[in-house]
Amino acid sequence: MIKLENISKKFNETVVLKDINIEFEPEKTYAIIGSSGAGKSTLLRCINLLEKPTTGKVIVDGVDLIKDKTLLNPIREKIGMVFQNFNLFAHMSAKKNVMFALIKVKKMKIAEAEAEAIMQLTNVGLAQRLDNYPHQLSGGEKQRVAIARALAMHPKTILFDEPTSALDPEMTQEVLKVIKSLNHTGMTNIIVTHEIKFAQEVADVIIFMNNAEILEVSNTKEFFEKPKTERAKEFLSNMI
Amino acid sequence: MKVNFEGIVEYIPYLLGGILVTLEIAIAAALLGSLLGLVFSLLSRKKGLLQIGIKAFIDFFRGTPLLFQLAFFHYGIPQITGIIPTPYISALVVFSLNSSAYLAEILRAGIESIDKGQIEAAHALGVNNWDISFNIIIPQALRNVLPAIMNEFITLVKETSVVSLISLTDLMRRQQIVSAATYRFFEPLLVIGVIYLIMNIVLSNIGKVLERKLKYD
Repeated sequence: MIKLENISKKFNETVVLKDINIEFEPEKTYAIIGSSGAGKSTLLRCINLLEKPTTGKVIVDGVDLIKDKTLLNPIREKIGMVFQNFNLFAHMSAKKNVMFALIKVKKMKIAEAEAEAIMQLTNVGLAQRLDNYPHQLSGGEKQRVAIARALAMHPKTILFDEPTSALDPEMTQEVLKVIKSLNHTGMTNIIVTHEIKFAQEVADVIIFMNNAEILEVSNTKEFFEKPKTERAKEFLSNMI
Repeated sequence: MKVNFEGIVEYIPYLLGGILVTLEIAIAAALLGSLLGLVFSLLSRKKGLLQIGIKAFIDFFRGTPLLFQLAFFHYGIPQITGIIPTPYISALVVFSLNSSAYLAEILRAGIESIDKGQIEAAHALGVNNWDISFNIIIPQALRNVLPAIMNEFITLVKETSVVSLISLTDLMRRQQIVSAATYRFFEPLLVIGVIYLIMNIVLSNIGKVLERKLKYD
């Protein structure tokens, strides 16, 4: 269970998040949508403390992450993250990218980590690309390696930070297909996305953000059929 | 006066002996300097008093001539402390600190060249700072600045020639001794010049091989 309490975030004088309160229930899929600059990515990055909130609490499985720094890494281990720009380790092959944290964090033996990496990469359709370096992969392939890298840790939650924004439409589809396959497999998925149709398709809950605030948290069906706020209506009508 | 190597033939083994002295100082200073430089570059990433101290240290060693540093350490400081170091110790200390200052700056640039996203990704996976530094940042930083590091090592080999100031019998010092004994300059100078050149060509080739080995794109 992930809980954000009274989170606010300022970059110098700019308010990026304003008094955010939200709970993420286990095994559900959440889509965070809203226009650019609404604070979606910052909110996501607060969950694993890549961004430290200016005020407020981040509570994961009962642990106050900001207070209890020694538990940060063990918690991060259980929260996978996939980034807009893939952020693969440039000096490691696809396989090594997946193996790295298994060896360093999970303290797996090399053979064991390798087997896990091969399995995860095969699952995302990259069995042929194990020994390729990131620069030899297409954008869609890179993102699938990044997903495999996150999944190999067997996280309870996985955060997607605009996973398809740097991809062309074809690659976007191949990555969305993989993300969709993770739906309701026991993980909590939290996805920041501009792919509204995709959000509608996969999410159980829509979190609609505007101007540093959460305006709406609704069941997906409800949100698309009758949004509560004017701003959400406007946002949706602009999407069509 | 014509060029005549016969007069200095008997001194050639003596001149060649200088290679050891030169290499000893250069290699020891390169190793110590690299280690210190790496430590400084990592420590100076955090703002604070330490960062200011390291910056002052680097400014001193980059902003004054090496010859001055050697004289200052070997002749200047002992006047105050009363402790007179051996020439070898002085050379080792000054050259190590001097290269550490240059290497710290080179490595800092290398570290800053690493894309922050990779570091974030590692943090998100729960990797600790030590493993991030030594497995993600440093291998890529080293690869990016390897040519600059090799350049620094080549400079180091050449600059060891100033140790003749504190009467260490390196290549340069031995040439002066041989010249004084034989009244010949061209021949011994030519010999040590060729030796310096060969050492640095070897060094630069080692650099190229390393660059190829570390290549991943």
